[in-house]
Amino acid sequence: MLGPVNYAISLTVIVVELVSLVCVLRQKALKQHFTLVIYLCANFATDAAGYSILRTSGFESNVYYYFYFYSQFLLTICLYFVLMNLYSLVLSEMGVAKQVRAGAMLILAGTVGISYYLVASSSQRFVTRFVLELGQNLFFVGVVLTYVLWGAMAKLRENRTRLMQLVLSMGVYVSLSAGSYALLNLYPNHSFWQYYFPITAIWLPASWAYTFMKVPEDARLATARVLAPNQ
Amino acid sequence: MTAALILSISLLTLLQFFVSYCRALIAESREHRLSDETREICGIESGDLAGEKFPRLSELIALCPESGGDSFQVRAVALYFRLLVLARSFLSWAIPSTASWIDSERGGCACAAAMFLDRRITFNRTMMAQQANH
Repeated sequence: MLGPVNYAISLTVIVVELVSLVCVLRQKALKQHFTLVIYLCANFATDAAGYSILRTSGFESNVYYYFYFYSQFLLTICLYFVLMNLYSLVLSEMGVAKQVRAGAMLILAGTVGISYYLVASSSQRFVTRFVLELGQNLFFVGVVLTYVLWGAMAKLRENRTRLMQLVLSMGVYVSLSAGSYALLNLYPNHSFWQYYFPITAIWLPASWAYTFMKVPEDARLATARVLAPNQ
Repeated sequence: MTAALILSISLLTLLQFFVSYCRALIAESREHRLSDETREICGIESGDLAGEKFPRLSELIALCPESGGDSFQVRAVALYFRLLVLARSFLSWAIPSTASWIDSERGGCACAAAMFLDRRITFNRTMMAQQANH
C-alpha cells in the first residue's frame, strides 16, 4: 500500500499543477496558450483520478498499471497539442499554422502505427508492451520536434523570453521522459519507478508556473546569449 | 537496442536543453550591476566573478530571507553549478579544452548567485526601512 512518501509526492504534483494553472490564468494567457491550459487540466484530472485509484487499489494493482500508462498516452497527445501551439507561435509570421498542425498529426499517427507494428511483429504481443513502446516512441518524437523547434527559434532569432523558456522547459521534460521510458523498457521491474515518474511530472508545471509568474510577456532575450553567452 | 539508442540520444538532448534553460535563467544576471554593499559583503573587488565564489554566495543567499519567490531560480542555478563541477572533474582530464568553457559557465552561475543575493539584500533593506518608518 501507499507510504507517506507516495502521498507526499502525489499531493505535491497536484498542488504544483494547480499553482501553474492559476499562474497561466492570472497572466490572462488563456487565449494564447489554450492548449497549455488543456494539458494542465487533463494532468490535474488524471492525477486526481490516479491518486484515488492508488488509495483504493494500490500501486501494484493491474487497475492502476493500466490507468497510469493509458492516461500517460492521452497526456502525451495533449503535450503534442502544446508543442503544435508553440510551433504556431514561433512561426506565426510565416502563416504556416495549418501545415504545422497537419504535419504534427501525421507524425503522431505515424508514431502510433510504427509502435503497433513493432509490437505486433514481435513474439510478445502484450498490450502493456505496446503502451511502453508507444510512450517511449511518442516522447522520442517529441524530443525531435522540440529540437527542431529550438533550432528554428535560433535561426529566426526569436527573442521572446517567455516563449524561449517554455520551449526549453518542454525540451527538458520530453528528453527526460523519453530517456525514462527507454530505461523502463530496459529495466521494468524496479521499485524505483513508483517514485521516479511522479517526481519528473513536477518539472513541467513548476517551470511553467515560474515562467508565467516571473517572466513578463514583453521580456526579450537574444537567442545568441543562450546559445553562446560568452561571445 | 532501440531503447538503448533512444536513452543515449535523450540524455544528450536533456543535457543540451537543461544547459540552455539555465543559461536563459542566468542571462539577465550578466548585465546586472551589483551594489557596492553586496560587492563588499561578498568580497568581490572588480571584474568578472570566478566560479569558486559560488559556494560562499550560496551560503549567503541561504542566510538572507527570500525576496519575491526566487527559490526556483536559485535551485536551478545551484543544480546547474553542481552539474558543471561534476563535468569539470570528469571532462577536464579527458578533453582539457572544455575546462575554460566550464569555468566561464561556473562564473556565470556565480554572477547569477550574486544577483540573487543583491536583490535579497535590497529587498530586506527596503522592508527594514519600511518597518522603521512605521
